[in-house]
Amino acid sequence: MRTTKRVRVEDISKPSAKLTELRREDFKPLPEPFQTPEATPEFTPLSEKAAETYESSLDDTIAVSIPKPKTKEEEDRLVAQFLSGLQKLFTKENNWTFLQPLLMSMDHCATCHTCSDACHIYEASGHNPVYRPAYRSEVFRRLYKKHVKHNGNGGMLQAWRDGEIELNWTTVARLAELAYRCNLCRRCAQTCPIGVDNALIAHEIRKVFSQEMGIAPKELHESGSVLQLKVGSSTGMNDVVVKDNIEFIDEDVSEKTGLSITTPWDKYGADILLIHNAGEIMSWPFNPGAFAVIFESAGLSWTMSSEIAGFDSINYGVWYDDAQFARVAIKHAEAAKKLGVKKIVLGECGHAHKALTVIADRVLTGELNIPRESCMVTFEDLVLNEKIKVDPSRNDFPVTLHDPCNLVRLMGVVAPQRRVLKKIAPRFREMTPHGVDNYCCGGGSGFAIMSGHNFGDWRAQIAGRKKLEQVLNAFKEELDPSINKYICAPCSNCKGQLRDLLAYYDVWEKHRIMYDGLAELIVNCMVDVEPGFIEWEWH
Amino acid sequence: MGLLLLILAYAAVAVFVAAVVWRSVKIARLPIHLRWELYPVAHEKGRASYGGSYLEESDWWTKPRESTMLGELKFMVPEILLLAGVREHNLQQWLRSFPFHFGLYLLGGLVGLLVLGGIAGAAGMQISADAGVLGRTVYHLTYLVGYVGLGLGLLGSVALLVRRTFNADYREYTKHTDFFNLAFFIVTLAVALLAHATVDPTFSGLRSFFTQLVTFNPSTLETPSALVALEIALGCLLVAYIPLTHMSHFFTKYFMWHDIRWSDEPSFKGGRIERKVSEALQYPVSWSAPHIRGDGKKNWVDVATSGVEEN
Repeated sequence: MRTTKRVRVEDISKPSAKLTELRREDFKPLPEPFQTPEATPEFTPLSEKAAETYESSLDDTIAVSIPKPKTKEEEDRLVAQFLSGLQKLFTKENNWTFLQPLLMSMDHCATCHTCSDACHIYEASGHNPVYRPAYRSEVFRRLYKKHVKHNGNGGMLQAWRDGEIELNWTTVARLAELAYRCNLCRRCAQTCPIGVDNALIAHEIRKVFSQEMGIAPKELHESGSVLQLKVGSSTGMNDVVVKDNIEFIDEDVSEKTGLSITTPWDKYGADILLIHNAGEIMSWPFNPGAFAVIFESAGLSWTMSSEIAGFDSINYGVWYDDAQFARVAIKHAEAAKKLGVKKIVLGECGHAHKALTVIADRVLTGELNIPRESCMVTFEDLVLNEKIKVDPSRNDFPVTLHDPCNLVRLMGVVAPQRRVLKKIAPRFREMTPHGVDNYCCGGGSGFAIMSGHNFGDWRAQIAGRKKLEQVLNAFKEELDPSINKYICAPCSNCKGQLRDLLAYYDVWEKHRIMYDGLAELIVNCMVDVEPGFIEWEWH
Repeated sequence: MGLLLLILAYAAVAVFVAAVVWRSVKIARLPIHLRWELYPVAHEKGRASYGGSYLEESDWWTKPRESTMLGELKFMVPEILLLAGVREHNLQQWLRSFPFHFGLYLLGGLVGLLVLGGIAGAAGMQISADAGVLGRTVYHLTYLVGYVGLGLGLLGSVALLVRRTFNADYREYTKHTDFFNLAFFIVTLAVALLAHATVDPTFSGLRSFFTQLVTFNPSTLETPSALVALEIALGCLLVAYIPLTHMSHFFTKYFMWHDIRWSDEPSFKGGRIERKVSEALQYPVSWSAPHIRGDGKKNWVDVATSGVEEN
């Protein structure tokens, strides 16, 4: 199974309508009953207007929406900007944050292609050469060697040694898009015998575009981190709206559970500042509601914050921009500092976990270095030490666990959620593979919130294909629609992707496979709570 | 001729050592970077087997971190000696790459045995099939390690070259320099094998050269046979060349793992990491995007604590 057209590294510089085309008959077949190409919906073509307006010469979709330059002078100016950013990326002043890992990945690839088979995107696409993890890295590596290491003066010997590449607008525009055909899940890096990290290279390419050229997908920058820093949340909710929404959620949850639940706000001196991905509040309100039930029932000292960014744990900068990343991380820490809490507990959001717990660990200094902990750990303590009482028979339905890459492969929180599930879900089964070897849901690195043009098709047909295969295989003995099944996905972005993926293939209607978080599953089996917290209705 | 070869050998060792030290220092002196670890982290005591971390502990910052050097060794030894990762994830490549690498390890062992034999020879000890126990052992080991190493190395490098030439996926990513590198190995190993198969079957000629190498007494210099001399010359050039190329991964791998993939040390208030981060935060920023507007004067603290209004 292979797309017929071969694409060489240097082809990226050659102008053409498209570097590669996507055909569903090339894609990796899904398990039954989706095994035929026809079971995958038709890929929506780009509109004529989109194709005329934006750069779209990489493949059949658009993620970044770069307006086409109108003149050669404009093209040249953009190429010069890119080159300037490329050179800055390799200076310690501008990129101390990732310089060592980047240089190591630039200088030591043996092009053994061990990374290729680890990539769910490459595999799902039917081994499309453009989606090979090493493809974008090799393009970038050649540009680096030609224009940074040799400052463009290496001559023919340098090209002979490092490979041909031409820096022109076609290369730059395609590279921008190509940086957004990777979920940054780092599964490829895990298999590299030398330690080269193609996901890091994709991340660094994104930074050149954002930090030097001001080019990034609108969903991540303008409607993402910029909005969050302005009003407090990328959902657009400010402190007043979020408090209102949580009040409604408290009322709903109280009615549903028979408990009286009130979420505390801005409680100075609480032990825990809980920060949710605010997308939960908008799209899956019973998740923050379930947290409130669990924390209140266990008698924890906790609070939420109404400070800017204190009520939304997302940090999209982690995917594309160090400056935005640091700004948001500092806002999170400042909210905790202001409340004098002992620790921050992160709600069910994978990238927020990794951003604030791991990566920001070398940004937050002094009084801003407030301890951060995963809610998986908090749940384990409460459930396994019986600080809340559970009746697992209430969860007597098939359950599988989706491992968010950020939580598992990238920060090593693997076992706590499993110990909880083994206690509360008698019909729990693992996906294959799982844990640190898991596959990304296909929504990683911002894709879950990116659906512009026909990018949603690409996300469902290629990025999410491997995850759909895993889900179907996990429940293959019980696909009968009379059996309700539950994917426990303790991450907002993963849930967004699973929602779109299951809807795209009509999996809920055909097989009754639902997704939600871990908190809901815990509350569903709490003995102090009215039965039926999980509603088997599509959302 | 003999003197020239000796000078070449000393120069090759000097270049090799200098290149390894220079590149290692250069990597080690790069500024601290943000954490970017990747699990499993092999030194996580009791958790490495499934990829867990100390972050699985409640209030982890109040507890001692338990790490194990044994865990790192359990990962690294099969990874380096047997290329365990390549075997697991890319068996077809391993079938070619393992003989190549293992052959080189054995040739490293051969050099060690020749140095040992050279020192022993200089001390008047006989190295032969009918010498004492030590002399006999070194003699037979040299024979075994030498031929197996040369054979595996040559087989592996030819297999890798064939794959890079005829497999389109590999050919497209193989630069001229990669072909050159493999050809360099093939020629060197083939000449060496030919030399020992014809004029120096017991490695005694090569051992004599090592005796001269470890004693450096020009008055006793002997010129080896032409094939052995060519073997020595090519071997020296190869030794000097390797650390100057991407093949330097044989030692940079240490940094890949210890400084990046396993670099999970948390930062504490007033600690070593915080001091390094504080230094890095003072670097001037010159990124030009409108939401940063780095002018080369603003530092990272300025950028991270302002700029919201410019967004």
